[in-house]
Amino acid sequence: MSEKKFSKKHEWVLLDGDVATVGITKHATEMLGDIVFVEVPDAGKAVEKEGQAAVVESTKAASDVYSPISGEITEGNKAIADDPGSVNTDPEGASWFFKLKIKDKGEYDSLMSKDEYDKFCKENPS
Amino acid sequence: MEVQKTALYNYHKNLGAKFVPFAGYEMPIQYKDGIVKEHISTRTHAGFFDVSHMGQFFLEGDETLIESLEKIIPADLKNLKVNHSKYSFLLNNEGGIIDDLIITRTEKGFCIILNAACKENDIKQISQFLKKHHKHLLNNDLSLIALQGPKSVEILEKLIPGVTNLKFMTGNNFEYESENLYVTRSGYTGEDGFEISISNTKVEKLIDNLISNDVKPIGLGARDTLRLEAGLCLYGHDLNEKINPVEANLKWAIAKKRKEVGGFNGWEKIKNLLANGSEKIRVGIKPDGKVIARENTKIFSSDNNEIGFVTSGTFGPSVNAPVAMGYVKSEFSEVGTTIQLEVRGKKYGGKISELPFYKKSYVK
Repeated sequence: MSEKKFSKKHEWVLLDGDVATVGITKHATEMLGDIVFVEVPDAGKAVEKEGQAAVVESTKAASDVYSPISGEITEGNKAIADDPGSVNTDPEGASWFFKLKIKDKGEYDSLMSKDEYDKFCKENPS
Repeated sequence: MEVQKTALYNYHKNLGAKFVPFAGYEMPIQYKDGIVKEHISTRTHAGFFDVSHMGQFFLEGDETLIESLEKIIPADLKNLKVNHSKYSFLLNNEGGIIDDLIITRTEKGFCIILNAACKENDIKQISQFLKKHHKHLLNNDLSLIALQGPKSVEILEKLIPGVTNLKFMTGNNFEYESENLYVTRSGYTGEDGFEISISNTKVEKLIDNLISNDVKPIGLGARDTLRLEAGLCLYGHDLNEKINPVEANLKWAIAKKRKEVGGFNGWEKIKNLLANGSEKIRVGIKPDGKVIARENTKIFSSDNNEIGFVTSGTFGPSVNAPVAMGYVKSEFSEVGTTIQLEVRGKKYGGKISELPFYKKSYVK
């Protein structure tokens, strides 16, 4: 398994061969607050880099979750759709959003490292 | 316009509040615990809310003050006893709701609690009907604190002896820290509780005392989920100038006597609506699954005709399901009617539901 990478829209990606697992960061969940609804994509759906792939809603508002990488969805995590609150508990572990078969590893390589992402969050507080 | 702050702004900051601009004020949307925990602690224990952005509008005058106010407010003010409160509205010529409010009879006249976003216009509208000798004052030296939840009475009694005797929708003067303050038994959460009108100079002391009695600070976020579960309207969302009390399903708030005799703005129109019903009406809505139907979600009938729209929608932590309110054509308003809600281009099933979604009995 590869190094965990991060996007400016607060998603994380783990790569295993050509299958990427995508979720939202702990920082994102802290900004969103209590998560009460999640919609994950179905297998077979094609997504573009930075294209809308899933939906997450907190008590405050609905937000889109973007795919940091292009590819074809192989699985949406139904467990988080059934228990949206679990995203607050374990956003960077069991509560991943979707897996996809990637097309271009270069897109993964261009994402931020953990250190770069932490720095990005500090410089862009909201 | 410069952003305004309540007297407790720095206090909220120290409590870890996240602020949002609301009706021209910087107000706490939540504190460290977050909306769901704040909501639950209000329902199970007690929470306090700084609602000092709301207008506390005082009127003084003789019998003619009642005549003046009754032209724009459809409550029976003549028979409203001192220290008793009523939920009512300001109405325009078309019967549309300019604002919804709580009016309390005082020794010298009335006190009206107005929505923050509306208060300046409200005062203009009310003033049109006032006579020169009627005195009025929007008192910005007072804070307004809501204490809500099942433990409210036990806690407040320790700080302000005597409040236990207040019945729902009544108030009285009390002494606190050698100063007079006014307490009403009322609220906006569906829980038992109080609203405390207290000078800006004493309000921090009161909050210190509430916090030391384990009362949690509650932000606007939980205030919204609490009021929506309780089926209560939020002005600017569920109510506006184009909606009248019959459409808003609030005809109960027009006094019986006033329904018969009229004499208030928009009465002709409202009389007709009372007799014949309105084309659309406010209803409760429960989506079937977990999807949240937020404001402006389109509502469709089971045979795909557009029949209305959502005006408030969120996740209800105590109901543990999404809840919403909106307007539908009256023929679809019966509880249990199957509807569809269009969220992000997809239709989801739902039902017209009874209001409130969450019910507790007030102390009568």
